[in-house]
Amino acid sequence: MVEQTPKIGVRELRLSYGQHEVLHGISFEILRNEIFGIIGPAQSGKTSLLRAINRTLEFTAGARYSGSITVDGEEVGKVRNVYELRRKIGMVAPLPVGLPLTIYDNVAFAPRMGGIRQKGSIDDIVERCLRQAALWDEVKDRLHTLGTRLSGGQQQRLTIARALSHQPEILCLDEFSIAIDPVTTMRIEEVLKELRQQMTIILVTNLVQQARRLADRTMFLFEGDIIELDRSEVIFSNSPAQQKTYDYVNGIFG
Amino acid sequence: MTPGRRHLEPLKEWLIERFIWLCGVSAIFFVFAIFIFVFREGADYFFSGFKAGEFFTSIEWYPTSRTHVRYGALALITGTFSVSFLAMFLAVPFGLGAAVFISEFCPPRLKEGLKIVIELLAAIPSVVWGFIGLTIMNSLIVRLFNAPIGLNMFNGAIILALMSVPIIVSIGEDALKAVPDSYREAAVALGCTRWQMIFRVLLPAARNGLLAAVMLGIGRAVGETMAVLMATGHSIRIPHGVLEPVRTLTATIAAELGEAPVHSDHYQVLFIIGILLFTITFVINITADFIVRGIGRK
Amino acid sequence: MFEATDQTRRKQRQESAIKYLLTTMTVIIVLPLLLIIFYLFYKAAPILSLEFLLENPIHGMRSGGIWAPLLGTIYLVLISLLIATPVGIFAAIYLNEYSRESWMTRVINLAVVNLAGVPSIVHALFGLGAFVLFAGIGRSILAASLTLAIMTLPVIIASTKEALAAVPHSFREACWNVGATRWQTIRNVVLPNSISGILTGVILQVSRAAGETAPVMFTGAVFFKAIQTGDPFAYGLLDQCMALSMHLFTISTQVPDVPDALTYGTAVVLLGVVLLFNALAILLRIKLRGKKKW
Repeated sequence: MVEQTPKIGVRELRLSYGQHEVLHGISFEILRNEIFGIIGPAQSGKTSLLRAINRTLEFTAGARYSGSITVDGEEVGKVRNVYELRRKIGMVAPLPVGLPLTIYDNVAFAPRMGGIRQKGSIDDIVERCLRQAALWDEVKDRLHTLGTRLSGGQQQRLTIARALSHQPEILCLDEFSIAIDPVTTMRIEEVLKELRQQMTIILVTNLVQQARRLADRTMFLFEGDIIELDRSEVIFSNSPAQQKTYDYVNGIFG
Repeated sequence: MTPGRRHLEPLKEWLIERFIWLCGVSAIFFVFAIFIFVFREGADYFFSGFKAGEFFTSIEWYPTSRTHVRYGALALITGTFSVSFLAMFLAVPFGLGAAVFISEFCPPRLKEGLKIVIELLAAIPSVVWGFIGLTIMNSLIVRLFNAPIGLNMFNGAIILALMSVPIIVSIGEDALKAVPDSYREAAVALGCTRWQMIFRVLLPAARNGLLAAVMLGIGRAVGETMAVLMATGHSIRIPHGVLEPVRTLTATIAAELGEAPVHSDHYQVLFIIGILLFTITFVINITADFIVRGIGRK
Repeated sequence: MFEATDQTRRKQRQESAIKYLLTTMTVIIVLPLLLIIFYLFYKAAPILSLEFLLENPIHGMRSGGIWAPLLGTIYLVLISLLIATPVGIFAAIYLNEYSRESWMTRVINLAVVNLAGVPSIVHALFGLGAFVLFAGIGRSILAASLTLAIMTLPVIIASTKEALAAVPHSFREACWNVGATRWQTIRNVVLPNSISGILTGVILQVSRAAGETAPVMFTGAVFFKAIQTGDPFAYGLLDQCMALSMHLFTISTQVPDVPDALTYGTAVVLLGVVLLFNALAILLRIKLRGKKKW
């Protein structure tokens, strides 16, 4: 099922904020159309990694990295049109962010900024994305009310709908379930299983079981180093290659 | 968007960023421009006939004398500083007292109201203040102190004090607000009275902010023009009492620039006074800013 | 055990003493000012009418109304607003959205503080030297408005910066993440959500510009100029004009035997305009606080 050409390649990535290095030269590849799980305790550099991939890291003063990150074989640091790169990647942050716009405008924002003007095609995109994010039925009658008035779980699905609205090839979810209830989490997980047909998904999570349920392969990141990267069956089995992985997965530390 | 136009996105963004940067640095440009253009008008005289010794040490200001023109600004400098310091002497205790009251004792609803009133007071134009000095204060001072003239240093200082109080109150209140509540709680837990808490804990903790508030008040007082022009009287000499009329640097420019022929020596000396004022307020503002933000911190 | 000892009673007395002292101090600042303002209105009351606003000063400014200075002030304020608002807003956008912690940002902030602190008479000298003489515009509404614009720039920068900073950072990140450029983010999300705060700054700028005297005195305002009453386009951009603030100065110090009601009336109109705009800004701010979208 998983095609064997790398979608994202990371080589010798060192990343630091000022004097403080958070990633110590890590290398790995993410394959096309797989769900790639990243687990690890807080402060192990997971979010920074995502922000380096879509180059929003450069908005943080003092942040720098060395090494190479490629998307579809193209070095991200050298792409001409960084906005094109970011549109290729959908990003969902830990805390839901509904923009202070209507629900409709929240989802229509990215296509409009990308230059789509026709009302008809924007209507289509809004409906498709809200359906994909399992939110359509709840909001279809009040599309023109403020997105910030939705509940936390709904806002997180709105965020996912917005991340899908520019038709990304990669979807990054950064601890998306941190602020929402288990029922909504399960619904979103169902959504992700369907989306994997169409895109590559990077799932950063602090819930070990979530990675076990969804990820094809899982990487265990600890204090800026990769401890282990393997198929999820191996990582979550009783005999991963590293004792540390076993300890973390089974809640002995972290 | 067609692929061709998408290609232009980074370029367009770069152009917008340059434009915004230009507006951002314009403030620096304007400050330099003020210095340069004011200095430029007085430069000829500054480098040829200007006698700094006379300017700073003589009280003889006779710019239009037919026989012997003299530009001694000492009396004007003294005038500016005596009015400003007298104003601060009146404004600082009241301003800081009101800041402490608003920040520590005032019930929330009254606090909102008082802050609005103080904000409105800060908005009263200086020419209206001058008018108040000229009419209301003038007759009050004549009646209360039996003074021969009501337009004097005291009048100007009261007006300046009233003008500076809103600045001192609002910046002082900000400084007190910035003191963490944990300090107050700790002081109360140790059994301090509020009196002790204010003097031993709050005022020392907010010291820098309060100092800056006072400095900005001085800056405003030194630079104020219309109010002192209208309220302090027009006698160019070193005052011996608070009920004597004085003339300040700012008022001198305002009063004489209209009469001085363009590019005459007199005209140029007035611009040199402008540079002196610019320098004084520049130093005061920079110092106040360093006090607030801390010198070492970026 | 919990009975008040001498010491605690002394503490309580001290406590209430300090409270009364501070209250008195605050009252001493606020009350006389309110009295003064009421007194001004009281003295001006006989003359305040629509005719007073719409008639020109006549008989050597010893009677008539304030039409010419009022219109002049409106011109000066509007034109300075037109110049200062865009520059101020973009400068604030630079400081809040683009600049990083650097010496350059520090210098810009210092420059803004200084621009606000330069005495108004020095701004007047600058306007005279730069616009009237160097640029060759001559004493005119344009030169005076440019001077006022630079003088009031810090007001707009400060309040716009505050308004921009109140928009949560997460909104910006969300926009960047979907490929919006920085400018698109500012234009479509940040500015619409800080517009009321920016408007407050603009209103404050109006009030500040309307009240200034010294900066217009040598750059474009004149003691007296006869214009057609009722014609709102009576002044040209390169004409000199009368201004309300300068008019108050003129009739109260330069012209002898002006009736009291006239000077008090002029003072009250000027004060009224300024306080009205400030009150408007305050109302807007209060309303804004109750109507957050997030």
